[in-house]
Amino acid sequence: MGLDIRWPIGLMFSAVGVLLVLQGLLAGPDANKPSLGININLGWGCVLLVFGLLMVFFAWRGKSSAK
Amino acid sequence: MSHIHLGGIDYSIMAIYVVAILAIGWVLKRYMKTSADFLTSSHSIPAWITGLAFISANLGALELVGMAASGAKYGIATCHFYWVGAIPAMIFLAVFMMPFYYGSKARSVPEYLKLRFDERTRCLNSISFAVMTVFASGISMNALAKLLHQLLGWNYDVSLWICSAIVLVYVLKGGLTSAIYTEVLQFFMIVLGFAPVVYLGLKDVGGWGALKTSLAAVAQNPAALELNTKSFQPDAWTSAWKPLLEGASANPMGVDVIAMVFGLGFVLSFGYWCTNFLVVQRAMAAKNMSAARRTPLIAAVPKMIFPVLVILPGMIAAALALTAKDGYRLPPKIVSESAYVQAIAAVKDAAAQKLDDKVAFERISKAVEMKLSPAKVAAVVKEVPALDEATLKDRLQDAVVENDYDGVILSLVKKYCPSGLLGLALTGLLASFMSGMAGNVTAFNTVWTYDLYQAYIARNKSDGHYMWMGRCITVVGIGLSIVCAYLVSRWSNAMDIIQLVFGFVNAPLFATFLLGMFWKRTTSHGAFFGLLGGTLTSALFHALTSAVGNAPGVKGGYLGVLQVFPSDMAQNFWLAAFAFTACFMLTLVISLLTRRTKTDDELKGLVYSLTPKTVDHAQAWYARPAFLGCVLLVGCFILNIIFW
Repeated sequence: MGLDIRWPIGLMFSAVGVLLVLQGLLAGPDANKPSLGININLGWGCVLLVFGLLMVFFAWRGKSSAK
Repeated sequence: MSHIHLGGIDYSIMAIYVVAILAIGWVLKRYMKTSADFLTSSHSIPAWITGLAFISANLGALELVGMAASGAKYGIATCHFYWVGAIPAMIFLAVFMMPFYYGSKARSVPEYLKLRFDERTRCLNSISFAVMTVFASGISMNALAKLLHQLLGWNYDVSLWICSAIVLVYVLKGGLTSAIYTEVLQFFMIVLGFAPVVYLGLKDVGGWGALKTSLAAVAQNPAALELNTKSFQPDAWTSAWKPLLEGASANPMGVDVIAMVFGLGFVLSFGYWCTNFLVVQRAMAAKNMSAARRTPLIAAVPKMIFPVLVILPGMIAAALALTAKDGYRLPPKIVSESAYVQAIAAVKDAAAQKLDDKVAFERISKAVEMKLSPAKVAAVVKEVPALDEATLKDRLQDAVVENDYDGVILSLVKKYCPSGLLGLALTGLLASFMSGMAGNVTAFNTVWTYDLYQAYIARNKSDGHYMWMGRCITVVGIGLSIVCAYLVSRWSNAMDIIQLVFGFVNAPLFATFLLGMFWKRTTSHGAFFGLLGGTLTSALFHALTSAVGNAPGVKGGYLGVLQVFPSDMAQNFWLAAFAFTACFMLTLVISLLTRRTKTDDELKGLVYSLTPKTVDHAQAWYARPAFLGCVLLVGCFILNIIFW
């Protein structure tokens, strides 16, 4: 099928990753109470962002190699 | 129960997900030119995508919720559903069966039955499958809407209709490809959404070593958490095989090793993974034979390690509840609104009449219809004049001691997730419910259009006509799912009966496929009557056996009780074993007594001995399915040894 699934996966997780990173940076330390004091939003947001960007990168590379 | 409060960020994450799946449908719409594009993806999808969709179609939300529940109830032995009850069957499908499904050019599993046997077997299989998928999707949507209602306080009807509408839109636009793509998206949502929760939970209990120590205490006194009435060896929750080998009474599942290995590991597992069109359809959409055969193998890798994600949280919850860390407890069963009304009346009455504690407790328990904690009830009765209605409800809910195991995974999400991560985890759950519905609906519309409509109602129409029918039936399928969701929500017995009937139909199915694919002498009479006989055997077996603690009725034994099993699960596994054996023997004997209706030539590509072996020489030795299958089996074996 014409759509490379890596585009939507990559874009979606990048967007969610950015949101989580922002939340992790902007919310006060009280927000980390449930997560045992760990700033899980910041940490996990970075993981999602990296994952999303990797997917986008592969999709982009796949597209240019197809040409 | 107090609702979870979602922040703006949580809603944003949900919204991003919904936009993403709708966009996928939108983009794919351009490529839907023929009915085959819409219903079968025209053999166009790479193996890694079909592989992840394959596992995702199985990892529905009910599985996610149910496995965590079993993790708390039975501990690590739940992994048998993965390592015994899935991996071997997935490898068998890839190595031995996929060449026939994919090579025969059948568009569905029932169509394979028609090519191999005749219309009767196909008709039987496609009707039962169609009914089953509609109910499965209804049951799953009901669970979703109930969950959103209880957890977030959303309206049941609105949740049900909106989620169904989203699924309808993207399936209608992109067909099977849409469903497969969103399943891949769901796979990553679940993995990335739940991994941090498991990490935090494991850290909170103090790591694997501390978890094992806590679970040893749980195993010796599971009654303290209302998990089980008996007590077990300290390792019953933390070893997979030892308690099983010691017999049905030594493990919390109440299952013996033969029922586990033959009933679950062979009959139920092979019956599901090798014949259920819902999963097989994903592999059949792959772009070529080698991709189709690699699909289940790729899927087997995450399947093998999923217990970390889905079973471990249940075990963590049991350990947390034992120490009541930060006031954590296993979520209690939810008291219904109608029960509240009666219970509150009973409490007020008891306080007004100054009833004896014991009498008051009995009356209130009867009103709530659940097991309660006497101390908590007494306290509520004492303090009732000072409590307002909402607090009273909360206190009554808190007094319930029966566990709502299905709430286990969400209780952890609620405990550990700050706003943000919460949105991610909940979206993962929402995603798995919706893609579960999409998966069922796409399997349903294919079977309806090709195996029922084209076969019996309107033959020889143009492809455009079947495409139109495929779209219509998608709408109908979703409508029927909604009806089923309401049905199940009104009569909870309906769900038990439906799942029971599925069990009757599914248990013998693998015998028919096994004989059909690997023994050319199997005749169509043999297949049809064998399957029918197998189904009747399972119904009869169920009617004549029971499990400890069950009164005769929906749970079996209504024609008399010949055998009492230690648990429902043991009864279920043995039922499967009997049904399979009956179907196998009947098919064998009837085939020998009847004449073949298909020649060797007609069966080429459908039966093992008459089909040229798939040539794997084009692939490097390490990429061949047989080699990959062996590697996976060894991996699975090692996991079993580690957690012996």
